[in-house]
Amino acid sequence: MNAPAASSPHRELGLTDSEFELIVEKLGREPNGVELAMFSLLWSEHCAYKHSRKLLRRLPTEGERVVMGPGENAGAVSLGEDVAIAFKVESHNHPSAVEPFQGAATGVGGILRDVFALGARPIAILDSLRFGEPDSVRSRHLLDGAVRGIGHYGNSIGVPTVGGEIYFEPTYEHNCLVNAMCVGIARRDEMVRAAAAGVGNAVVLIGASTGRDGIGGASVLASAELGEGDEAKRPTVQIGDPFEESKVLECCLELLGKGLLVSLQDLGAAGLTSSASEMASAGGVGIDLDVATVPLREGDMEPFEIMVSESQERMLAVVEPGRVAEVIAVCEKWQTGGTNIGAIADHGLVRVLRAGEVVGEMPVEALVDGCPLYDLEPAEPEGWIYGNEASLRGDATPAETLLALLASPSVASKRWAFEQYDSIVGSRTARRPESADAAVLAIPEADAAIAVSIDGNGRRVACDPYAGTVEAVLECAQNLACAGAEPLGLTNCLNFGNPEKPATAWQLDRSVQGLADACEALGVPVVGGNVSLYNEGPDGPIYPTPVVGMVGELPDPILTAPSAFAAAGDAIALLGPFEPTLAGSELAKLRGELDAGLPQPDVAAVAAACAAVRAAVRAGKVASVHDVSDGGLACALAEAAIGAGLGCGVDLQHLRERGCSPEEALFGEGPGGFLISGEAEKLESLAGEGVAVLHLGKVGGETIEIAAGDRSLSLPLSEAERAWRSLGAPLTG
Amino acid sequence: MVWGVVQFPGSCDERDALHACGLSGEARLVWHESRDLDGIDAVVVPGGFSYGDYLRAGAIARFSPAMEAVAEFAAAGGPVLGICNGFQVLCETDLLPGALLVNESLRFVCRQVELDVAALSPQEGGKLDNIAEQTLSIPAKHGEGRYWAPDETLDQLEANGQIAFRYAPGHNPNGSARDIAGVRNAAGNVLGLMPHPEHAVDAMTGSTDGLAVFEAVAGARA
Repeated sequence: MNAPAASSPHRELGLTDSEFELIVEKLGREPNGVELAMFSLLWSEHCAYKHSRKLLRRLPTEGERVVMGPGENAGAVSLGEDVAIAFKVESHNHPSAVEPFQGAATGVGGILRDVFALGARPIAILDSLRFGEPDSVRSRHLLDGAVRGIGHYGNSIGVPTVGGEIYFEPTYEHNCLVNAMCVGIARRDEMVRAAAAGVGNAVVLIGASTGRDGIGGASVLASAELGEGDEAKRPTVQIGDPFEESKVLECCLELLGKGLLVSLQDLGAAGLTSSASEMASAGGVGIDLDVATVPLREGDMEPFEIMVSESQERMLAVVEPGRVAEVIAVCEKWQTGGTNIGAIADHGLVRVLRAGEVVGEMPVEALVDGCPLYDLEPAEPEGWIYGNEASLRGDATPAETLLALLASPSVASKRWAFEQYDSIVGSRTARRPESADAAVLAIPEADAAIAVSIDGNGRRVACDPYAGTVEAVLECAQNLACAGAEPLGLTNCLNFGNPEKPATAWQLDRSVQGLADACEALGVPVVGGNVSLYNEGPDGPIYPTPVVGMVGELPDPILTAPSAFAAAGDAIALLGPFEPTLAGSELAKLRGELDAGLPQPDVAAVAAACAAVRAAVRAGKVASVHDVSDGGLACALAEAAIGAGLGCGVDLQHLRERGCSPEEALFGEGPGGFLISGEAEKLESLAGEGVAVLHLGKVGGETIEIAAGDRSLSLPLSEAERAWRSLGAPLTG
Repeated sequence: MVWGVVQFPGSCDERDALHACGLSGEARLVWHESRDLDGIDAVVVPGGFSYGDYLRAGAIARFSPAMEAVAEFAAAGGPVLGICNGFQVLCETDLLPGALLVNESLRFVCRQVELDVAALSPQEGGKLDNIAEQTLSIPAKHGEGRYWAPDETLDQLEANGQIAFRYAPGHNPNGSARDIAGVRNAAGNVLGLMPHPEHAVDAMTGSTDGLAVFEAVAGARA
């Protein structure tokens, strides 16, 4: 953060001297207080993407199925003729690091509004969370608060939380990550864009009244590093009211269903300032807002406070003048606010009035597109720049190693968390959390189903930002393949440190390139996303953490395979180009052996394996399928066995023929591996051009027996299960 | 058979209930400000967070015009099913005995549970006894689902055959007294339970055991 200087109000608001000079130049005069507050928010990293926008141009955003792409409130892809699936992931990291319950709750609230702003009914939430190790009191506090907050908001509003992931790494100790993804369903003919249109049309503020909460959230909190005295920033965190949002949601969907709105936008970061300016910018028009008409929680609010307030559960709509009364009547039915606060104009300005008197006047273009975009100055750091202490003895036996991996918080069952979420409301959830690799939701409106996955392993991205990000995309694609689904589109949240630092700039640059290349190679368009920078605490930056959310299509929700083994006697095989190494693995972390570098993934080979698995799942040729991920093949086998209550006996000799050591075969990680079970002949029939299938062994018994040369192991299933289910106890204590 | 599903601001599971009811007849929503139950044969008070439930679950909903109409409907012998928040509302409305307290874990919990269908004695007004299954697998999801009543009330409920469902051993997710998952009124036409039968009407989402509950309620006119 820049040092506060009483003489430079713009610095206190996070603007640099040269940015301030540019504002003066664009206005032809010094901005007044209202204008400065509005500029400081829209020119913040959070709103202007000034360090990332150039990079994001590399991402492929077009495809046959894309209905709405980046620039709208959320992206959307088509599902059949009439239906669209809208989705987006967004971060609420800094608010959650300061006040986890409300930070996470309002993160969910915000992403829900992004989706219903399109006219889509939210049908699922997934979340991707990162905390420090759970042996730290602070991490447990943040985790507990964030999980409660997500549950509080999602459960109360009746949108199921169907999936997600939680990783624990020391670099997130001070700066946790809370990324929430929402998926919604819309009739394509009822969808609406965010662009304001129609000079003379009314601007209607829908939802909650406006208070002093969240003032400066986007600039002070979201666009600076965390540090000492963050408790004092708590007032910049918003307070969520899911009941209000539930009414606003139903109200907006009714308004859109009746065709009463020209456009609709949610009020998120920077409140009215960003919503009004972005709507005007997208529509190429101007906008007048009279702050004296905005319903307030506190009567004495200043115009700048009203314009920058981040009070939650508010939407901004453009309405034809003749239909305002009808709109307000629907708001009254749902017992929520509906107030005409302004009009669309042809002057190309954002004009803020108070009871008719102009108190701020700025060209839309200067506010929205005038912020300078910065080039990064990347420099590759030398070697591993993060710490890593060994927590596992060097002489641990293979069985002890497997137990340590299963109990490792990032690998262990997350039941403690997901049982606090309603995962079934809406009657679409065909696969509940941990029963399959992706969430599966029925979409009877399109006579189809979708699978959704969210992934991102920051540790592996830290090892190699390019390869690690490619892997995150592949992991999502593999999870969808396990559900029999074909990818339709992707959303992402790029969580990184301070981009003004060369090492972080390099990570960001390489990661975005990996994302672009992987999406291009898989033919999956990026339809939306979010960037969260300055994720640093006193001990340094977080692991670079691109989080990828992917939505895919499958013909029938019944045609999905579970991740757990199905029956004793079934054959077990490994499908795909899996070539495990210990680089960046969970085991390398436990041993304190993390280092820079990952093997470069073969995207085409993984894509071929995904296609084979997808076809096999749809044809019912596999009884179970689980992608090989954290903790390697041994952990994948243990998870499939624990889920079924059935042991297994396998021999990894064939895998060792790919050149890996016994240890790499057991615990090595890398993309491209699917653990499948079923009838032996059916599994063998899946081998084809470019797709290898290795027979491993059989399901059955009460132990996990893995032959791997001099590292062979045998572990009672009950012991493995105890380790894997060990995460809950210390968290509830 | 025409079902009415009450919809409050903040209801969450009303569309699920509507779908489940629609499998055994017609079904329509009843807006919370409406007293109109004309032509409705059975009422469902669905799950969710009526009016936000910020004060105490169900405490505001009991004052709604729709609930006044439901109370009259029940008094006239009409079958009423309260699910989760609906059960809480029926207890607040005094249509059912007892109260639902915050879960023992102090956390929201969502999981599949097994319910034992309590033996109902016909002479005690056992109008729900056409559930043939002994145990039902149905999901539960709530933060305030711990059934509580004074011991003498619980004894009386047991004696009257008013305990409709108990959590099977090891399945009590919230610390409910005597593992009680659902109760009915003395007349037998009003039933409330915390688990969600409307989320157990399709094998695709996990179970069809909830259908039996709707069938039982459909035949429960006192």
